Amino acid sequence: MTIASTTQQICFAVLSTTVVAGALGVVLLPNVVYAAFLLAGVFLSVAGLYLMLNASFVAAAQVLVYVGAVNVLILFAIMLVNKREDLAAIPGLGLRRLLSGLVCGGLFVLLIRVAFTTPWGSGPEPVGEEATIRIGEHLFSDYLLPFELASVLLLMAMIGAIVLARRDVFSQDIGTGEEVDQGLIEKARTPLLLDRSAR
Amino acid sequence: MVSTSAPGSAPGLDAAAGLDLQASFETLLQGVGLSAGTAHLLWLPLPMLLVLVAAVVGVLVNVWLERKISAAVQQRIGPEYAGALGVLQPLADGLKLVFKEDIIPARADSLLFTLGPVLVLIPVILSWLVVPFGQNLLISNVGVGIFLWIALSSIQPIGLLMSGYASNNKYSLLGGLRAAAQSISYEIPLALAVLAVVMMSNSLSTVDIVNQQTGAGILSWNIWRQPVGFVIFWICALAECERLPFDLPEAEEELVAGYQTEYAGMKFALFYLGSYINLVLSALLVSVLYLGGWGFPLPVEWLAGWLGQPIDAPAVQVITASVGIVMTVLKAYLLVFLAILLRWTTPRVRIDQLLDLGWKFLLPIALVNLLVTAGLKLAFPAFFGG
Repeated sequence: MTIASTTQQICFAVLSTTVVAGALGVVLLPNVVYAAFLLAGVFLSVAGLYLMLNASFVAAAQVLVYVGAVNVLILFAIMLVNKREDLAAIPGLGLRRLLSGLVCGGLFVLLIRVAFTTPWGSGPEPVGEEATIRIGEHLFSDYLLPFELASVLLLMAMIGAIVLARRDVFSQDIGTGEEVDQGLIEKARTPLLLDRSAR
Repeated sequence: MVSTSAPGSAPGLDAAAGLDLQASFETLLQGVGLSAGTAHLLWLPLPMLLVLVAAVVGVLVNVWLERKISAAVQQRIGPEYAGALGVLQPLADGLKLVFKEDIIPARADSLLFTLGPVLVLIPVILSWLVVPFGQNLLISNVGVGIFLWIALSSIQPIGLLMSGYASNNKYSLLGGLRAAAQSISYEIPLALAVLAVVMMSNSLSTVDIVNQQTGAGILSWNIWRQPVGFVIFWICALAECERLPFDLPEAEEELVAGYQTEYAGMKFALFYLGSYINLVLSALLVSVLYLGGWGFPLPVEWLAGWLGQPIDAPAVQVITASVGIVMTVLKAYLLVFLAILLRWTTPRVRIDQLLDLGWKFLLPIALVNLLVTAGLKLAFPAFFGG
């Protein structure tokens, strides 16, 4: 047992524990902010696992995209609408939890079975530092169409978000059905802190 | 820990690779009778500790410069009693923060409140991994190099959001949200500016980026080939560091101190440390990407040739390595000086102006810069790294 392999095993144990515990926390914690922060931890640990597989470019991309962009946006959305109050009680919550627990447990058993029955080979040699070049070559040759399609999808999502966010696109307010004052797009017509039901 | 010594040459004295302290250290230890693995293990913490100390000392110098330059800008004297010219003032500041009471507000979320500053500081310190001070004078010449820095710096907004949320204070929350928005917006033009440089050097590694700028001394630095990219990168780096004119997340007149409002003592010091380490780091990376890194304005090979010294002689290697470190730090601190001067002479922009500048000006310019660089690379491969 060399120092390198011992370090590797310790790292793997720590990272996989973090992934499993973090993912369970994301699902089970009632506080949505904690769940979002734990999700960042899970993404970071997955990046660590990629790093251990000699895929440093994929690891860095994972951190940049999932932690730096996706997770920050999730947190942004949570904090912009955060009210710090408990969720309203849903009827039949116990039954719902039991059902979703059963579904998840079944899926877990299925995956475990697949993992044990699949003959795992050693897989292709990791290319290491060459990976960046190799990924670039693939993106511009055999994966060109999926790559371009993904960018078209993202463009559509972006245009959709802009249309939804800009109120002056519609002549009526989607929420209240009132006429939109085109001159005052930046200002809310009712002060945010007033109770709307009093009108 | 990549040693690039060519086989056959004496370790540590490779002409092309320059001074290789790691190889010299490990051969020395193996000569005493330790195994190769143990020698490597003993070597590992040394560069990390050295860079950590360098980063912290860099912050102390930075704080002193900030105090003195701001004083000069405002026609004051600045600190003068703590040591000669007040050089011990930053140390006194630090000691004050260490001994201050560590307050956690009663209705704050104490776990996230403590974790926030740590998450802000760690990525910044980790990024020093890829800062080269010489051919082999860096902690790790990882292949993804500069991309690692971009990825790590994108973790920081999570720490800011965390501390803003955990403080349970509207100003803190607004500051955290602003910091995250600013950081996300300016990351894109920053990455595009870096991409243009990477395209010219055909590599993400910081060492390769500097090596591509050697050859003709000051004339081969990237700033002449990437003037637009240099300006974009510098503006974005200032915005990422939250320096004036982009210090909106902690704008005193509007937000008290943004996400730092509720922090005191060492937790506040972590933010302080993080922002200054980040400033030095950004300045170092500007010098690596655009100002030739450790390169002297005249190639040291020419100088050694004129003096009739072989470039691979041990004494010459030590001298060139020292010159390299001095040049890197000198370039970085020139940029830090510029940043401090900007901070004390420019007014703060509004949040809408900030986002307009990022999305409507810098992003298109950075895209055009990338396109032009690609075109020039195809047209003049000799000058733009074919």
